Formats: sequence, C-alpha cells, structure tokens
Amino acid sequence: MADGVSTRGLVGTRAGHGPCLDTARATHLASLEWRGVAGRMTIKGKAYIAGAFEHPTRNAPDKSVAQLHAECAKGALEDAGLTKDDVDGYFCAGDAPGMGPLSLVDYLNLRLRHVDSTETGGSSYLVHVAHAAEAIALGRCSVALITLAGRPRSEGMATGTAPRQGNPAQPDLQFEFPYGPTVVNMYAMCAMRHMYQYGTTSEQLAWIKVAASQHAQHNPNAMLRDVVSVQDVIESPIVASPLHRLDCCVISDGGGALIVVAPEVMQDLHRPRVKIIGAGEAPKGQFGGDVDLTFSGASWSGPRAFAEAGVKPADIRYASIYDSFTITVLMQIEDLGFCTKGEGGRFVADGNLISGVGKLPFNTDGGGLCNNHPANRGGMTKVIEAVRQLRGEAHPAVQVKDCALALAQGTGGVLGSRHGSATLILERE
Amino acid sequence: MSVRKLPAPEANPETSPYWEAAKKGVLLLRRCTACRRAHHYPRALCPFCFGDRLEWQAASGKGSIYSFSVMQRAPVPYAIAYVTLEEGPTMLTNIVDCDFASLRIGMTVRLVFKPTEGGAALPMFTPD
Repeated sequence: MADGVSTRGLVGTRAGHGPCLDTARATHLASLEWRGVAGRMTIKGKAYIAGAFEHPTRNAPDKSVAQLHAECAKGALEDAGLTKDDVDGYFCAGDAPGMGPLSLVDYLNLRLRHVDSTETGGSSYLVHVAHAAEAIALGRCSVALITLAGRPRSEGMATGTAPRQGNPAQPDLQFEFPYGPTVVNMYAMCAMRHMYQYGTTSEQLAWIKVAASQHAQHNPNAMLRDVVSVQDVIESPIVASPLHRLDCCVISDGGGALIVVAPEVMQDLHRPRVKIIGAGEAPKGQFGGDVDLTFSGASWSGPRAFAEAGVKPADIRYASIYDSFTITVLMQIEDLGFCTKGEGGRFVADGNLISGVGKLPFNTDGGGLCNNHPANRGGMTKVIEAVRQLRGEAHPAVQVKDCALALAQGTGGVLGSRHGSATLILERE
Repeated sequence: MSVRKLPAPEANPETSPYWEAAKKGVLLLRRCTACRRAHHYPRALCPFCFGDRLEWQAASGKGSIYSFSVMQRAPVPYAIAYVTLEEGPTMLTNIVDCDFASLRIGMTVRLVFKPTEGGAALPMFTPD
C-alpha cells in the first residue's frame, strides 16, 4: 500500500469469533487505502468490456475442452466486432488444460504481448478483467481475451459431494482431506454458523433459489427452467446439513469469454460501451486457526471496488453474485454492504432479488443455481450477465430498466476453508 | 452399517512429529516462542509473526463445536466440523460416536482417535 493504510490488520487483531468485520468501517478504510494510491494509478475508465459470449451448450460429450475455449473466444470476438489477429493479451485460469496459458495460446495460435494465468478458482475471471484493465492502463496490451471452459458434466464429475484428492505438497491437504471435506459440506458449515449466529433460516436461503428460478424460466439455455417455491427447496433432500439439493448450483459443461479493450479500440466498435470503473480482490483463509466463517473475502474486495468507482451499494441497479450455493449469495450480499451483517436472510426473502419485484435484481440469467456453472467456475457468467444488463440485452422479462451501474461479484475456491473474492463495478457510458 | 474408510494422512518432514504423536494418541499444537500464540494446522514458521522458534504442545483434547455439517450424500454419512480447542486454535475434524441429530454448535467435545488405512490415527471429537 502506498501510504501504509491497509484493511489487512482488521482480522489479524480480532480475537476469537467476535463480531464480523464492520462493513462501514471497512468501506472507510478502503477509501483511505484508495486515496493513498489514487494519485498514482487507477483503472477507472481505462478499459471497456467490448465482447462477451456464453457458450450455449450445457452438455458437451462431443467436444474437447480446448475446442470449447476456442468457440468461446470466437463468440466473444464476433460479439465485439474484432478478429483473432486483434488480440494481444490473453488470460486464463486453472480450467485451461496445459501449463498456464501456454497450451491454449498455442492451440488458439495467438501472438501476444501480455499473458496472465492468475488462478483464484471461480473468481479468476473477475480478477482477469481487473488485471486486463491494469495491463491496458499500462499499455501492455490493448485487446485482452479471457476464456473459460470445461466439461464436468459429461466427464461425470461428482463436483460437490466427493472429497477431491489434491497434491500432497498442498500444505493443508494432510490436515483436511482425511476428514472428507467436499464442496457442499464446507459451504454448509458457513450456513450452519450463520444460522446459529444470526438466526438465518432455510426458508430465507430458499428465496435465493426461488429468485434464480424466476429468472431462469426466461432463459432458453438454462438447465433448470421450472419455477420453484420456498417449499420445493426445503423439501428437497439434504445433501449436507443444512443445505438441500436445491440450495446447490447445477453441474454443467460449457464456457464463456470476454474481450477487454482500451478506450481507443472501443471508440471504433459498434457496441454499447461497458466501462470498468472499480475492482477489488481479496483472498481469505483460516487465519492460522482463528477460523471465522461468518464473512467472506467480499468484505475486503467490495469496499475496495466501491472506493475506486466512487459509488455506494445503494447506487447499484443490478448485481451478479456468485451462487455456487444459496449461502454464498447471502454472505456476499452482506459483505458487499447491500445490508448489514446478519440481516442477509431478511434481505433476500420475499422476492427482493427478483427483477421487477425486489430492490436488488440478481443473476437474471438464472445464475449458477439454475442456468449454468461451466467448469464448476461461475465467475465468467457473472460478468457476462452484468454486461448484458448494461447493454440492455438481457431477456426483456428480466431486463432492469435504465440499468447504468452494475456489480459483478465472484467467490472461488471453498468458502469454508480458503477462497478468493473479486468484485467489479461496471458502468454503461 | 458399513464403516467409513479413512484415508491415511501424508506426512512430510515439517509435520511428521504431529503424526508420530497422533499414533500415540496425542494431539500436538504448534506454539510460537516469540508471540506465544498457538496455531493449527502446524507450520515451521509462525503464521502470526513469522517467528521461527516454535514448540510442540500437547492439547488438552477439550474443545467446542464452532460449526458442523452432516454429509448425507455419502456411502456412510459423516459429520465434518470445525472444533475450537481449549488452547485457542480451531481445527477441521469429524464428530464421531454420536447421534448426528443431537449435534449443536457450542456443544463441548473431547478428543478421540480413529484409525486410518495404513497411516497415523486421525484426531476426531465426540460429544462430552
């Protein structure tokens, strides 16, 4: 940090399981932190999202992972009105087969000035948008391509319910893997603690799925298009208590891609202008055993993004919020400051996330909960739907009127152990 | 009811004292001699101050459930949990030998060890 002001000390000084990071205080500190560096460099207004493409497939046994990456790249370039030869920066994460970006750069036959393979799980692609804007601001590239693709569905992966054996050199593995951590039960422990500490109920969490399903009915590509009720969710079988089957996202094949460009490139394109005005990123872990499951990394990445953009949560007209599980959405909504900590259950209830009904329309494509969760990584589709909303290209039934300011929020890795959080704030110019 | 098979933990030079103690039924914690804080999982450098003189300390085995989840979608259902030890650190573990429906956050638990397939026993907890 340029001026030594940092929010990082907040958790380190907190003893035991005291109250969660106060969002107002975090926002204040992030704004101080921001003022320290703002004089030197900002990505605000330095780059635009010119192209976005979501692969229509949800089941791709007949395609390779590399092929899906290429089809997404082609789709996003066509959307932007650019060609493969225009690309001079490439970004990919852990879903890209091969060593970092090298295999895919070769497969796609790109000639580049800049590469970045930052890996923070499903939040990687929001980090990539921010890093692309940084690279563009520094003149390292002017047309950045970001791709994601995978086939967990056709490969029969037990995404959420089987413990994943990792590399023995991973320092936490020997202390965790033998106990059977899965994706679902590690998120479920966050929900259990939230219920204990704040009185959150399964019915309140169910409203998040209900809202996603209300939106998904209008998306012809969505995996789950049937509208569900609170009752449907809480009567679906428990996978890992207290999470039910319908608290979980879908498992799908597919992918997506984004094109981030410099202002001078955007000028010549005939697409609505989606400007990147704020970004924040923050990894969170177990703090050496000082575990606190009541908040996510969004309580750091969010205030940083808002401070850079110079806007408040109340200004946001549409939010894409990573929805691996219902609890993921609830915690991020609190941590981003859309409501106070512990009030998330009441905030999401009664249709408050449904477009045209509630105060905070979210995931109008149906999100990971109903539409698509390609490669088990939902960050890419979060950005894509935010771009659609800002362009006015969402489905008419869910399009937010005069949507000029949107937020996209990603969480990657595992909420209950170690995860990355990334926040983007985007504006229609 | 079938028995849940536990994979053996893979120790390394940094962590082998922890697993050697586990074989004898002792749960070890790492405590920094500089800042005096105990941490988990054990590291060679203190995760709070990067102090590099650490000692091993036997935990009392008493703790309380910070959070838990009963995994129903498994060949044999099991309870994963974070248990906060009397000494301070919170560790990922399992709650065993109990009626899962009776589990509650805040419940006091005590240490037990369960055998793995060909490796050190695993520290787990059961309600008091």
